[in-house]
Amino acid sequence: MAEKKDHDGGKAASFGRAPVNAALSADAKIGLFHTMVRIRRFEERSLRAYQAKKIGGFLHLYTGQEAVAVGCCSLMRKDDHIITAYRDHGHAIAVGMDVKPLMAELYGKATGCSKGKGGSMHFFDPSRNFWGGHGIVGGQVPLGAGIAYALKYKGISGACLAFMGDGAVNQGVVHETYNLAALWQLPVVFVIENNGYSMGTSQARSSSGELAKRAEGYGMDWGVCSGHDLYEVRASMEKFLTLARDRSKPSIVEIATYRYRGHSVADPDNTYRSKAEIEEYRRTKDPIQVFQNALIAEGVLDEARASKIDADVRAETEAAAEFAEASPFPTVADITKDVYWEEDNPDQKKSQGRIFFD
Amino acid sequence: MLISYREAIRHALAEELQRDPNVMVMGEEVAQFHGAYKVTEGLLEKFGPKRIVDTPISEAGFVGLGIGASMLGIRPVIELMFWSFYSVSFDQILNNAANIRYMSGGLIHCPIVIRGPANGGTNVGATHSHTPENICASHPGVKVVCPATAYDAKGLLKSAIRDNDPVFFMENTILYGDKGEVPEEEYLIPLGLADIKRQGTDLTIVAHGRAVINSLAAAQLLEQEHDISVEVVDLRSIRPLDEETVLASVRKTHRVLLVEESKPFCGVGAQLAYLIQDRAFDDLDAPIKRVSSIDAPAIYSPPMEAEQLPDPQRILRAAIEVLR
Repeated sequence: MAEKKDHDGGKAASFGRAPVNAALSADAKIGLFHTMVRIRRFEERSLRAYQAKKIGGFLHLYTGQEAVAVGCCSLMRKDDHIITAYRDHGHAIAVGMDVKPLMAELYGKATGCSKGKGGSMHFFDPSRNFWGGHGIVGGQVPLGAGIAYALKYKGISGACLAFMGDGAVNQGVVHETYNLAALWQLPVVFVIENNGYSMGTSQARSSSGELAKRAEGYGMDWGVCSGHDLYEVRASMEKFLTLARDRSKPSIVEIATYRYRGHSVADPDNTYRSKAEIEEYRRTKDPIQVFQNALIAEGVLDEARASKIDADVRAETEAAAEFAEASPFPTVADITKDVYWEEDNPDQKKSQGRIFFD
Repeated sequence: MLISYREAIRHALAEELQRDPNVMVMGEEVAQFHGAYKVTEGLLEKFGPKRIVDTPISEAGFVGLGIGASMLGIRPVIELMFWSFYSVSFDQILNNAANIRYMSGGLIHCPIVIRGPANGGTNVGATHSHTPENICASHPGVKVVCPATAYDAKGLLKSAIRDNDPVFFMENTILYGDKGEVPEEEYLIPLGLADIKRQGTDLTIVAHGRAVINSLAAAQLLEQEHDISVEVVDLRSIRPLDEETVLASVRKTHRVLLVEESKPFCGVGAQLAYLIQDRAFDDLDAPIKRVSSIDAPAIYSPPMEAEQLPDPQRILRAAIEVLR
C-alpha cells in the first residue's frame, strides 16, 4: 500500500495526462497558472513592503513552493477543508482569498483578513474552508484531524488537508495526531511540505528516516511526490484525497519542494545553504516556469498571454499594497473585540460578571 | 433530589447530550471504564460510542482534535483525567483554543469544554495536584469555572456546554462524593455569577472550589466559638468574575479574607485584593489577608499535605487575624 515515486522530471508529461489533469479545461489550467503567479508576485510585493518597514514581525515567504498549495487546493471540493502552518500566504491565495485583505493584514490594518489581529502567520477564511495560518510548529496538525473528525461525525463526505513543514514532523503532537487519525480512520491527508530546511537545519540534520514513511508505524497509507510540477502534485494528491473522502482513510504525503528565501525575512540565508543550490532549483525546477513551459507545449498558453497575466498580477498586488497603505489601523477599542464570541454577540449573551480586566 | 457532585456533573452531561446531537464526550477512560472517577458512568450505555469516546493517552492530540472539531460546530466536552495534564496540552489549550478567535479576527469560535478534577489533598504528589485556574484565567479568550457544590456543578456545566467560547471546568475529586440538593427540573447557572453561600456581617471570606467548603466549616466554628458572623462568597466562576457581589459584601462587612487552594503567587486572591483596594479602599477597616496552599510543590506525605492545603483551622486563624 505504500507508494514511492522517483523524482524523474521526464515523467512530467505523463502526469499531465493523468485523468485528474486531463480533465482540466484550458481555462482551468490558465487559472492555476494565474494563481501561482499571483502567489509569487504577492510574496515579492510583501517583501518590498517589509523592507520599506510597512510590515512588522515575521514574514515567511512561499516563493518556490507555489505548485504545492495551488496543486493541492485545486483538488478541493465543497466539503474539503485545509489548515496549514505559518508559511500560509500561498494557501490563502490558492483557496481564492483576495490579495487586498491579505496585504492589509500584513500591514496590520483593520481591513486585513483577520482585522490586523493575526498577521502574516494567521490568515483565515472559514468561508473557503481555510482554517489558518498557525504559528506554532505542528500545533495546527491536531486541529486538522479535528476538522476531519467533525466531517466524519456529521456524516459529510469530505477531507481535511492538514499541511505542515518538514520541521514539524518531529513534534510530539504530530505523532499523537497520526495515531488518532489512524485509530479512528479520519478523513485527513497530512501533507508534509518538505522544503529541505527546518529554519536553518537541513532535513539530514533534523530528521531520522523517511518523513512520510513514518505512516507505516501507524498503519497509514503514504506517498511522496515532487512539488515543482503542479501536474504531479495533483496526480499524486488526488488518490489520497479520494481515500480520505470515499473510504475515510488517513494518509501522509510528503511533497518535495524548495523555498527561495530564508526561513523568514529575518533569516540572512547565508549560513546553511549555498546560493548555487538556490539558483540550481530556480533554473531547473521553478514551479511557475515548469508549468508555463508545459502549458506552452500543450498550446494552452503563449508567451504573450503569460506576460499579460504577469502584468495583471503585478498591478493587482500593487493595488493590494495601495489598499493596505490607505486602510486604517485598528483602534485601541478594537483590541478587546474578537476575543470572546459572547462579548461580540451581546444580544445572545448569557454570562455575567467581568470578562476583561485592567 | 439529593445527589452527589459526581452525579450532578453526570446529569448535566446526560441532559446536554440528550438536547444537542453535536455534544459529545471524549477523554481517557470515559466510556468503557466508566471514567477514572466514575463521572461518566453509564453514558456509553445510554448514548453509544459515537458520543462517548475513549481516547489513547494523548492529551495534546485529543484536546487539539477537539478544538478543531469545535471549529466546525461539534461541541466536545473533553475530560482531562486530572487538570494537571493540562501541561502536556498547554499549546493546544492556551495557544489554539484561547487565541484562534482573536487571530482570525472573530471569524472562528471554539465551543469546547475541558473538564476534570483540579485539586490537591489526595496524596498523589506534585505532578497530579495542580490547580491551574489562575494560570488559565490569565489568558483572555477562555472562561474558567470552579464549582464547589453539586447544585453549582450541574447548573454551571450545562451553561458551559452551551457557551460558544472555550470553558475550562475545574472539579475536585474530594468533592465528587459530596451530596447536595438539586432541583428535579432543568436549571442553568450563568457563568460569572457568584453565590453567597453564607450570610454574615463581621467578615467576608471569598473562595472558590473546595476552599468554599472549608471556609464554610471555618465560618461555623467562628460563629460557635468566637461569636463572629462570617459571610462566605463563592466565586463559582473565575473568568468571568462577579466583582460586584464581592464588592457588595466587602462594603457590608469591611473586612476580607481570601481563601484558595492554589499557590499564593499571582493567585486568584491577588487579583481580588487588587480589585478590593481599587474599588472599596475606603470601606476597608483592616488589611486584606489571604490563605492559600503553603508555597511549595504539593507534598506527598499525607499528614503534611493536609497541612499544606488551606483547612478550616488555618482559615479560622487567619480570620481572627483580620478581625484583630
